[in-house]
Amino acid sequence: MDVSKILAIAISMIFINNFILSKFLGLCPFLGVSKETKPAVSMGLAVIFVMTCSSIITWALYRFILLPFHIEYLRTITFILVIAAFVQLIEMVIRKYSMPLYRALGIYLPLITTNCAVLGVTILNVDNFFVAGKAIKGSFFYSSFQAFFAGVGFLLALFLMSGIRERLQLLDIPEHAKGIPIAFVIASLMSLSFMGFMGFKF
Amino acid sequence: MDILIPVITLGAMGLFFGIGLALAAKKFCVASDPRLEAVYGKLPGANCGACGMPGCMGFAEGLIEGRCTLERCSVSTEDTLKAIAGILGIELKTKIKAAAVLHCYGGSVRAKDKGAYRGIHDCIHANLIMQGQKLCAYGCIGFGTCAQACPFNAIIMNAEDLPVVKEDACTACGKCVAVCPKKLFSLIPKHHKVYVACSSHDSGKDTKATCSVGCIACRLCEKACPFDAIHVIDNLATIDYNKCTSCKKCVAVCPVKIIKTRD
Repeated sequence: MDVSKILAIAISMIFINNFILSKFLGLCPFLGVSKETKPAVSMGLAVIFVMTCSSIITWALYRFILLPFHIEYLRTITFILVIAAFVQLIEMVIRKYSMPLYRALGIYLPLITTNCAVLGVTILNVDNFFVAGKAIKGSFFYSSFQAFFAGVGFLLALFLMSGIRERLQLLDIPEHAKGIPIAFVIASLMSLSFMGFMGFKF
Repeated sequence: MDILIPVITLGAMGLFFGIGLALAAKKFCVASDPRLEAVYGKLPGANCGACGMPGCMGFAEGLIEGRCTLERCSVSTEDTLKAIAGILGIELKTKIKAAAVLHCYGGSVRAKDKGAYRGIHDCIHANLIMQGQKLCAYGCIGFGTCAQACPFNAIIMNAEDLPVVKEDACTACGKCVAVCPKKLFSLIPKHHKVYVACSSHDSGKDTKATCSVGCIACRLCEKACPFDAIHVIDNLATIDYNKCTSCKKCVAVCPVKIIKTRD
């Protein structure tokens, strides 16, 4: 595990392979929760948390259960099972011990349960950091960092989008384009600009 | 045998998470506020929406979270509100009781018809066909849609096809205000005794031609009022209830007797 590799993972996940704007995963919350900045940031933080934790759990599951039994093909269903159960548990714990945090994050947690971005990052982890049925050196840390920075990229995209959509409220938009249509146009423009990062190679 | 390993693994995982979540749900369960049920039980349960919340349950939640004040429930009686205030441990401000009044006194006798109406016996339907059968475009159609809409049976239709509001039963929920196609009802605090029983904005001459009890905009009430509370605006006498003291001087001078007193 070396720092330059983690930096490369960070830049790759936040900008070049941004989960929303380059990989087109997790578009539902991207359009659904991006009307205002505050809930958008809360949602983004919740996603970072869930992504990091579920990647840790799924890595262990893959390494210690799926690989030894040679049932790697079950990864999608087992990962969904784990993520859903984990998010439910987190929701209960937060609700019990911190009502303010539950108010801030709680309503977004069920949304994240079936978020394809979370499943996407865990699948990407096992694709990237397992070679020929074996974990590469530092695989666990790389996958945790990859998930964390994927969440940061998600937060960034959501934050930018919500900022733009807040400004849109004040603009004189043609009647037919108000609301979702203009949001789609902006999403595509943002996506184009993020595609520009693909020119950089690390 | 190969099939057994994935089946067992997946089954075991499902069972493990299922039991785990069930146990966790028990361990981390959060009891909801017991006051919620108590407050909800006291509220009228009419879900009329006069408080501005989505139904009585929404109002109860709002009360407990301190988002709304108890006085906004216009339906509950004073005693009920006091009981709820007791549950919540808050103080009840004296609220101003209001009741609906009808701003029209035409009816079948005094307001002329433009023709016979043979459609659906309902004001909203009648209003769609040339604004109802009355010559006066502002007046009461008289089919009792308001009486049907009232959830508290506080409006009855009299022999002259005019709705009469029973003030004791009226809770100022505003259903009649919303349903009347001519917008003839308004909610006026009960301590104000005077109201204008006409809504016609036609000129005096035109009003006279359609109805014997229409405001002819003569401005006698304006001159008689010592408090500057009544004005003829757009051919119709209009009372400013911030200034009105219910002295009833305008009631006495009105030549067509459309400024009326309650009770």
